[in-house]
Amino acid sequence: MNTMKLMASTALVLLTGLGPTFAQMTALGTPEGQVDIVAWPGYIERGETDKAYDWVTKFEAASGCKVNVKTANTSDEMVALMNEGGFDLVTASGDASLRLVAGKRIQPINTDLIPSWSKVDDRLKDAPWHTVGGVHYGVPYQWGPNVLMYNTEVFKDGPPKSWSVVFEETTLPDGKSNKGRVQAYDGPIHIADAAQYLMAHKPELDITNPYELNEDQYAAALDLLRAQRELVGRYWHDAMIQVDDFKNEGVVASGSWPFQVNLLKSEGQPVASTIPEEGATGWADTLMLHSEAPHPTCAYLFMEHSLNSNLQSDLSVWFGSNPVVPAACTDGSGMQTKEGCTANGFDDFDRIRFWTTPVASCPAGNCVPYYRWVSDYIGVIGGR
Amino acid sequence: MSGAFHPARGPGDRLTGLFWRRPGVLLALLIAPPLIWLGVVYLGSLVALLWQSFWSIDEFSGLIVPEFTLKTYAELLRPANFDVIVRTVTMASVVTAASVVLAFPIAYYAARYARGRMKAVFYLGVMLPLWSSYLVKVYAWKLILAREGIVTWAAEGIGAGNVLNAVLSLPVIGGNSLSTSYIGTFIVFVYVWLPFMILPMQASLERVPNAMLEASSDLGATSWQTFVHVILPLALPGIIAGTIFTFSLTLGDYIIPQIVGSSRLFIGQAVYMLQGTAGNLPLAAAFAVIPIVVMLAYLVFARRIGAFDAL
Repeated sequence: MNTMKLMASTALVLLTGLGPTFAQMTALGTPEGQVDIVAWPGYIERGETDKAYDWVTKFEAASGCKVNVKTANTSDEMVALMNEGGFDLVTASGDASLRLVAGKRIQPINTDLIPSWSKVDDRLKDAPWHTVGGVHYGVPYQWGPNVLMYNTEVFKDGPPKSWSVVFEETTLPDGKSNKGRVQAYDGPIHIADAAQYLMAHKPELDITNPYELNEDQYAAALDLLRAQRELVGRYWHDAMIQVDDFKNEGVVASGSWPFQVNLLKSEGQPVASTIPEEGATGWADTLMLHSEAPHPTCAYLFMEHSLNSNLQSDLSVWFGSNPVVPAACTDGSGMQTKEGCTANGFDDFDRIRFWTTPVASCPAGNCVPYYRWVSDYIGVIGGR
Repeated sequence: MSGAFHPARGPGDRLTGLFWRRPGVLLALLIAPPLIWLGVVYLGSLVALLWQSFWSIDEFSGLIVPEFTLKTYAELLRPANFDVIVRTVTMASVVTAASVVLAFPIAYYAARYARGRMKAVFYLGVMLPLWSSYLVKVYAWKLILAREGIVTWAAEGIGAGNVLNAVLSLPVIGGNSLSTSYIGTFIVFVYVWLPFMILPMQASLERVPNAMLEASSDLGATSWQTFVHVILPLALPGIIAGTIFTFSLTLGDYIIPQIVGSSRLFIGQAVYMLQGTAGNLPLAAAFAVIPIVVMLAYLVFARRIGAFDAL
């Protein structure tokens, strides 16, 4: 889930402006017999990967809509598939979502047709990545933080309090330096993590949003990352490689996802995760309806199903993410528990800054756009 | 009655007649599909790529400006980008040189000494790694070279742990562990591409006539002189063919350096990162042109030193 979440530059959004609303559905028809969904791998499970994780079979039986899934590995792929058309729903991330709305590929949804809308987390109901001008362009699907994963044998006295363990050379509680024992994400979006760290530690830079950086703020973030390069043996790109590095490469701390943390824990590795005092970055996905969806009724039924079934609860266990229906943490609709939600960062919503694509025309004026993040991050990793 | 002797001509007959009268038509029909494939699919996509590399990205909006400019190529010279090119070309050269040195004795033995069952074993040994998945092999190497992997374990077991550490503390090529250093990337590259060097080399060595080697020693040449003046020149086309494989494969690979190495980018990775998410297609295209240019330069060089004379 990674590059995937990184998004392409969305100058398009700015050029076309976020468009006027389309007509939304006013009433459901008869189910059309199927629904076609573009989704992240692992997002729509029918018990084929693991019998315990199935949130499709019951829906198909109850609604008569067969679910067809097309997985996509990056936000760009999702946008491309939706542009091609022929799909009903997409689980779009924060960067792809506005691009899709601007491209008029998405229709507003009528929340009256989704009885469980009221159960959606209030913190997400009007989130800016799916609400434009007060109009809802989708139903929140799932979200998660980029946590700090650490080795509990090294950090014996409790979790690290600050991201400084991965940004600055320090002596870890086991008496050895962190040099060569920490990792960082190898996507340019990691610059935002550095900026967020600077928000707390260099207030004079006046950073208000880690995705909207002016030249000075951006340069400071790059300097921090250059120092980090000295500490990092290898950046992580693939979740499974990071898991392996924690096991075999002596890595003891790194930005990560709950997915890797849960996986390592399930293998009995001594790891845990925390959201340090500076807060964290994160991702939030939305189920959106294509403007020319061939099966809108089934799509609406699936949106309702996504909020009112075992989906939220079981998916959050499966993926290490958080349900968008707070009740799903505790109501026993699936396997998720209150402790599990807490571990996945559910209570830290306010401390998470969700990924968005950096664009040149930010509210403050001139911000450094994403394509420069890419070219400069190549330099930083290369030791420049 | 005459119909029995001259049956009515069917469409197949008429077609044959057409081909007989106009041989050019048959030729055109046969050659058109491969030509279209070569022209449109191969060259067409290459030209499209080249074309895009002459566009640029607008600094302010991040939009692509489809107008001719050399600005994007100038960007390749920026230190961060130029590093990527130098790093990749250096790695490709070193991997190629090491492959030649490693492959030659193996190919020589296989071509001139291995007989019968040994020959079969040799072929199997060289080809077998090619049949298993490339990704599986690279992941396996990541584990072998890891800090807590078998190489470190073995080195410490035989008391060579400090030798390994000394190697890893070398500037530039060293690192935190073998799997996070250039040394590791190099080892995996050589392992993965070696069969592509051995096979053409062996083919060319097999074609060196024994009579020439005997003539050489009859005339009083030492074995070294025979090697330098007879075997090497005759085997050169095979060696060059092998180097073309290893060199170009290393230039283009973007998976090995991502799994084993220090995360410093190679050309393939830079292209991957710049397209898609970043939307900087012109720079990605310009990067992609580099291996083409380097390979062309290499072929010209190989021709100059007479590598293709013996073909």
